[in-house]
Amino acid sequence: MTTYYTKDHEWIRVEGDTGTVGITTYAAGQLGDVVYVELPEPGSKFARGDDFAVVESVKAASDVYAPVSGSVVEVNAGLADAPETVNEAAEEGAWFVRVKLADSAELSGLMDKAAYTAFCEGL
Amino acid sequence: MADTTQDTLKRTALYDLHVEYGGKLVEFAGYEMPVQFPAGVKDEHLWTRANAGLFDVSHMGPCFLTLASGVRKDPAAHEEIAALVETLVPSDIRGLKPGQARLTVLLNAEGGILDDLIITRPYEEDHQGELYIVVNGAMKEQDWGIFGTALAGRAQLTRADGRVLFALQGPKAEKVLSAYFPDCAGLKFMESRLMLLEGARCIVSRCGYTGEDGFEVLIPADAGAALVRLLLDDPCVRPIGLGARDSLRLEAGLCLYGHDLSPEISPVEADLTWVIQKHRREAANFPGAARILGEIKGGPARRRVGIRPLERAPAREGTEIFYGDKVIGVVTSGGFGPSVDSPVAMGYIDTAHAAPGTKIDLMVRGKARPAEIADLPFVPARYKR
Repeated sequence: MTTYYTKDHEWIRVEGDTGTVGITTYAAGQLGDVVYVELPEPGSKFARGDDFAVVESVKAASDVYAPVSGSVVEVNAGLADAPETVNEAAEEGAWFVRVKLADSAELSGLMDKAAYTAFCEGL
Repeated sequence: MADTTQDTLKRTALYDLHVEYGGKLVEFAGYEMPVQFPAGVKDEHLWTRANAGLFDVSHMGPCFLTLASGVRKDPAAHEEIAALVETLVPSDIRGLKPGQARLTVLLNAEGGILDDLIITRPYEEDHQGELYIVVNGAMKEQDWGIFGTALAGRAQLTRADGRVLFALQGPKAEKVLSAYFPDCAGLKFMESRLMLLEGARCIVSRCGYTGEDGFEVLIPADAGAALVRLLLDDPCVRPIGLGARDSLRLEAGLCLYGHDLSPEISPVEADLTWVIQKHRREAANFPGAARILGEIKGGPARRRVGIRPLERAPAREGTEIFYGDKVIGVVTSGGFGPSVDSPVAMGYIDTAHAAPGTKIDLMVRGKARPAEIADLPFVPARYKR
């Protein structure tokens, strides 16, 4: 299992041709208290960079972008009742969707943990 | 890319404190202001309703409007300055008691709202012929221009926005503030007095923008920065940013100019008819009286209402409101209410469908979300009457 990161602060943990996607602890900190997460329907298809979810804080809504192209096989229904999990466990329990990758070659365009950490330090 | 914001944005006298306390600074009304502190919007909101929240509102527009002839010890002087201001606002200013504050609106010729503001008559006998007025920060240059033009030669406007203006709101506000202003405990809601703090002349008013009991204090800049530092040392007090200021006032059903109020909206549509006292309606002697009195008589075409989404998605400003497949209104303020643990909103709805309990749909991101029209406020007010 390898985890990759995007410049828009999404993460994707890949095993074979499926990935689990969420937003990073850094992003959750920037957003503030999350009060609602809107997730796509299972079966939805996305291209890399498409907005596929929305995270709402008290103040504003933020789009979440697909790190890779694929189709949604599962959504995290637990976030509906406990959106605050995003602030508590952004990179574990608060995963948003599980996807079937359309093209694993896209992963080479993403950052690993070290690169993402350095990227955040430069912000 | 070079950051030019620091060249163009203003800072209040409490800016250094905001930085020290870890405020996340954003632009608001031309100032660099904290939208939140490390605690976050939700915690700051809940803290204010349980304890005492301290807000820097020095970006707003406090000022004094004084007769050209000056202040004097004579109630007739108040009549004179009040009569001048009543040419611009539809409220009873002449009838203000000494030390009484009142919410009102500046109107244009069409009866639309140019700003909402609070006007206070000084309590002090020898200080009559002056009004203490606080307008919105984003509108202060407009409003002061209007006062200046309309009252040229007859009254003088002195801006006081170089001072500190802070709000202390919440059930513990009186306990905390009375250590510095012992007389503040004797004020009732919408009462105001001049009080001295080690020689500094301060105006202490029992009012605010949260629905809680609390005070707003105008104080010279240096004394203000020192006092706010001491207040923040009190374990009952936390600094609160503009994010929580907005969620608190939304739960309280209070309007935000530029969102819930605008030049196209009349006080009747805005459910602010109560700011127009009876004898002023009868006299019809304010800008836009024809439209306003017509709406009072026949009902306005649309009305400001509370809106409660029935699911978890918040509906923000600009969200279209549907009744069946007809658009019947729009959301003008929307977000999440931490004290009610639910999304909350306000908007304008065609009067025919504006009754509380009416089931409506909110079009959020292309999907119709169920909601209902709700009474305001979402959280009961706790003013000390």
